[in-house]
Amino acid sequence: MRPACVNKVFELAKRDPRVTYIGSDLDPPITRRMRDEMPGRAWMEGVSEQHVVGMAAGLAMEGFIPYVHTIATFITRRCYEQVAVDLCLHNLPVRLIGNGGGLVYAPLGPTHLAIEDIAIMRALPNMTVVSVCDADEMKRFMDQTPDWPGPIYIRLAKGYDPIVSRAELGFQIGKAIVMREAAGRGKRALLVTTGVATTRALEAAEALAGAGIECTILHMHTVKPLDEAALVAHARDCDLVVTVEEHTIVGGLGSAVIDALVEHLPGAMPPVKRLGIPDEFAHKYGSQDQLMELYGLQPPEIADAVRDGLRRRVA
Amino acid sequence: MANDAAPVAPPASGQLLDKRSIALRQLVVRALDGGARGHIGSSMSLIEIMRVLYDDILRYRADDPLWEGRDRCILSKGHGCIAQYVMLADKGFFPLEVLDTFCRRDSILGGHPEAGKVPGVEASTGALGHGLPIGVGRAMGLRIKGSDARVFVITGDGEINEGSVWEAALSAAKHRLANLTLMVDYNKVQSAGPTQEILPLEPLADKFRAFGFAVAEVDGHDVAALRGVLQTVPLDRERPAAIICHTVKGKGLAFAENDANWHHKSSIDQKLVAQMYDALEAL
Repeated sequence: MRPACVNKVFELAKRDPRVTYIGSDLDPPITRRMRDEMPGRAWMEGVSEQHVVGMAAGLAMEGFIPYVHTIATFITRRCYEQVAVDLCLHNLPVRLIGNGGGLVYAPLGPTHLAIEDIAIMRALPNMTVVSVCDADEMKRFMDQTPDWPGPIYIRLAKGYDPIVSRAELGFQIGKAIVMREAAGRGKRALLVTTGVATTRALEAAEALAGAGIECTILHMHTVKPLDEAALVAHARDCDLVVTVEEHTIVGGLGSAVIDALVEHLPGAMPPVKRLGIPDEFAHKYGSQDQLMELYGLQPPEIADAVRDGLRRRVA
Repeated sequence: MANDAAPVAPPASGQLLDKRSIALRQLVVRALDGGARGHIGSSMSLIEIMRVLYDDILRYRADDPLWEGRDRCILSKGHGCIAQYVMLADKGFFPLEVLDTFCRRDSILGGHPEAGKVPGVEASTGALGHGLPIGVGRAMGLRIKGSDARVFVITGDGEINEGSVWEAALSAAKHRLANLTLMVDYNKVQSAGPTQEILPLEPLADKFRAFGFAVAEVDGHDVAALRGVLQTVPLDRERPAAIICHTVKGKGLAFAENDANWHHKSSIDQKLVAQMYDALEAL
């Protein structure tokens, strides 16, 4: 997913002179490509996130579209005020590319995990928050970024994830994608997912279908602005809503979904279960997959949560 | 004034203020009266810096604030905004009467300046340490566009406690941004007290030199000296400039000079307004 994103920036820069790129002490191969492919419009700056975001704002004020790239937790937490004031208050078309959103940096510990990035970015007016599910979807998304108004936070998950997105379903920023539709007359769950959690949810849905439980998967690649129309339309006639995200349950996709349902389905809201990381700092290392399992975000745990939720519903 | 090779540190200014400087300060009091609050000392120390920029240095069109050829003037110490509002009104960016609406609910003039609301304001500031990074980006953008427009960023002294200023300073020097000039309103008093007690900055000129800037120091209330140094920017064709302006907090209000208690007042009554006008009258 990361190479797909970065390659796209270089590709966009070739056809759009407004596109610029700022890295914050990333790796030597990117530094070389910047020199070779975007001379004069790409810079490898130091470990200075506050400055880098301000500098991107200044470039955007001069009519450029800067793509700023560094580790997700640093581009969100370290320079939050610059993101809020320089980018969001001025509503500038800066794109923040955050490496390792979620639990990708599991072995590196809690200083490097970005598990509240969606929550804090979502809290800012004018910010768009996008978390695609795989490298192919990243390419379709990136093609739309130059002309999208205002700032975008782009959450990068790990590379080399399986491809589950389908070109024929299209891609539009702010429009959820139905990745799977519940069929038949059995119990129906709506799984609202984002990022690579979508991949896990699809696998869970397969398993559940075998057991007579039908799931619709609404892939919410854009967490803000949330596609409330699609959400409400699908939530209206389901028995259970389950949100799945590689993110703290505080303020992320699950919270956004509940906010929207409370607003739009007063008195008719289906039960909602939020799957995510509990409100704590990660205290284990290992791999991303191991931590996702620990937090109940792998397909078997997702399937169990759906079964459990529907059972309670009946009871 | 001094150039890079021969630094001097002028003493706190005892500079006499001329009629224009006094009249501009009276406009500051007018806005403070309108809002019944505001940053008094921080605005008064800035007057000559803003006056010389707008009278003699900056290229702009008051009737076309976003004219592409303009110099970009970013008041990073946004709390000193009344000094900029006064100059913008004086130059016709908006009518003088708007100063009376300072901080009122539907005014365009808030306690910190906002781009898009106030004609002539280039960036919304107030949170400190934001102006120089933005200035670096703008200077780089102008260079790509082949523009000869220049960028001026004005910070306070307490403001440069912020690490982001020094991150940006390193970058400005790396990119050899000769089209970028930083001016420090060095009045030596920040919100809580003297900079020397709160967080010492000396040797300030040496710090900027070490960060790769061409440095000049000037009495920030001496109009001729300010004009002289600003007319020579860029001080170096390969380096950004830092002009350290030695100023007096509250300059022109004898009772408020060099006193952190007059940094900001959240309540300004008619008695105080009269006191400020009287102090200016006595100059």
